[in-house]
Amino acid sequence: MKTEARGSFVPVAAISLIILVIWYAMTVPMNAVVADSKIAAAGGGLANTIEVSWSLARPVLPAPHQVAIEFWNTVFGVAPWKVKSLVYHAWVTLSSTLLGFVLGTLLGIVLAVAIVHVRSLQKSLLPWIIASQTVPILAIAPMVIVVLGSVGLTGLLPKSLISMYLCFFPVTIGMVKGLNSPEPMQLDLMRTYHASAWDVLRKLRLPASVPFLFASLKVAIAIALVGAIVGELPTGAIAGIGARLLNGSYYGQTIQIWAALFAAAFMAATLVWFVGVADRVTARLMGARP
Amino acid sequence: MAGPVITARDLSLTFETADGPVYALSNVQLDVEEGEFVSFIGPSGCGKTTLLRVIADLEQATSGTITVNGMTPDQARRARAYGYVFQAPALFAWRTVEKNVALPLEVMGVADAASRIKRNLELVNLLGFEKKYPWQLSGGMQQRVSIARALAFDPKLLLMDEPFGALDEIVRDKLNQQLLSLWDATKKTVIFVTHSIQEAVFLSTKIVVMSPRPGRIIDVIETKFPRGRTLDIRETPEFLKVAHRVREGLRAGRSYED
Repeated sequence: MKTEARGSFVPVAAISLIILVIWYAMTVPMNAVVADSKIAAAGGGLANTIEVSWSLARPVLPAPHQVAIEFWNTVFGVAPWKVKSLVYHAWVTLSSTLLGFVLGTLLGIVLAVAIVHVRSLQKSLLPWIIASQTVPILAIAPMVIVVLGSVGLTGLLPKSLISMYLCFFPVTIGMVKGLNSPEPMQLDLMRTYHASAWDVLRKLRLPASVPFLFASLKVAIAIALVGAIVGELPTGAIAGIGARLLNGSYYGQTIQIWAALFAAAFMAATLVWFVGVADRVTARLMGARP
Repeated sequence: MAGPVITARDLSLTFETADGPVYALSNVQLDVEEGEFVSFIGPSGCGKTTLLRVIADLEQATSGTITVNGMTPDQARRARAYGYVFQAPALFAWRTVEKNVALPLEVMGVADAASRIKRNLELVNLLGFEKKYPWQLSGGMQQRVSIARALAFDPKLLLMDEPFGALDEIVRDKLNQQLLSLWDATKKTVIFVTHSIQEAVFLSTKIVVMSPRPGRIIDVIETKFPRGRTLDIRETPEFLKVAHRVREGLRAGRSYED
């Protein structure tokens, strides 16, 4: 594990460096519309071009260090319960992500268990489940928020429902495969014991499906976060990473948008990492070959 | 228990497939008495596994009658009349050896699980491996765990479907001897599917020779070897005589053609 981490450090650092160089270079042409007059006023030349392009208040493309400074200031420079704090917004998004993730996982498992046990459901339910995922979430999210808002449901729950809507799908698909993963011989064995369907489920199908579940959860947690952010967009940009993005685009605060994007990416990576850790711990507890 | 353990009369089983019907079993007559060690031998496709699966109620006969302990196979399965050992160990990878043996006890709600686990692991020479996971054991040891699992709830009848087919000959010889002493110690009725003539003759009190297309019984041979037999009997003239008769039976069934 350690040598693996050390082995991947150089390639990752090299790619990061290349991205940074391209990013810095691109700020000059991208910001030309805003910066050209200022560069001319400062007397032109490469030094002035760079100086101006990298320090605009409302750039088209902010320089990496501008984003980094904004990120640092809003994460560490403000008390986390203030509206100006990125931590505050991240927490709002995280809480609805986690609630949606838990609800979606439960729904996904329940649907998969139903599909595996009732053969007719496989034919009747699965097409609807797949169809549900072809509806653009950006189109359906505002309707969900508005409809639920009109019956008095606001805040955390409507956003979580959108996360749930997105993340039950990979769980259902993975769990149907996982619950069907025991060998015919193992199912025959349970039959020779005259085992009930409930015993087959809890003693064979569910334990056998655990690796499939975790593979699905890694996908599910990442799209639960996307769902939560999308769910924040139509609420009038009150709180959350989504609100921060929308707010930034209203006022042309591109630096703020980029900082929020990085916060979202960082959160997604952390959440997927946590699922990975849970996967490894569970596998060890279940006696998997290390 | 009074009466035969297995009685089959005119038993037939036809699988309907896309390529037309497959006659897996045709007019099978079979009697198995309590305490016997019966082997089904024949080439692949002769229906020996299918016959075992009909006894276990994992397949249902198309016509004819069969009783297991005087009941229908379905009733016998519900009464948990038999333990079944498959071609592969089919252990649950997330359970330790003792938990695998405990599986039927959990499902059936049998009491004194701990002592049963210990007794049956002792029977298959696996004491000390209770806490190991299946991947930590060799193939032969895994199959022995599955035998202990089949015996855990103390069924009178043990059904074994080529249990040692995937193992090498040295391990197989050893397990055959262990199985014999286990049969001797527990006085169970064993039905054993194999495609090895040596194995069938060495283990059995009764050898049922089968032939394919359609799957049928072509010879039933009673052997007279003592219960406490050892591998040495394989060199004796009587052993070779029985083995020869089995081979003749298989040849008469044109099993080795096409």
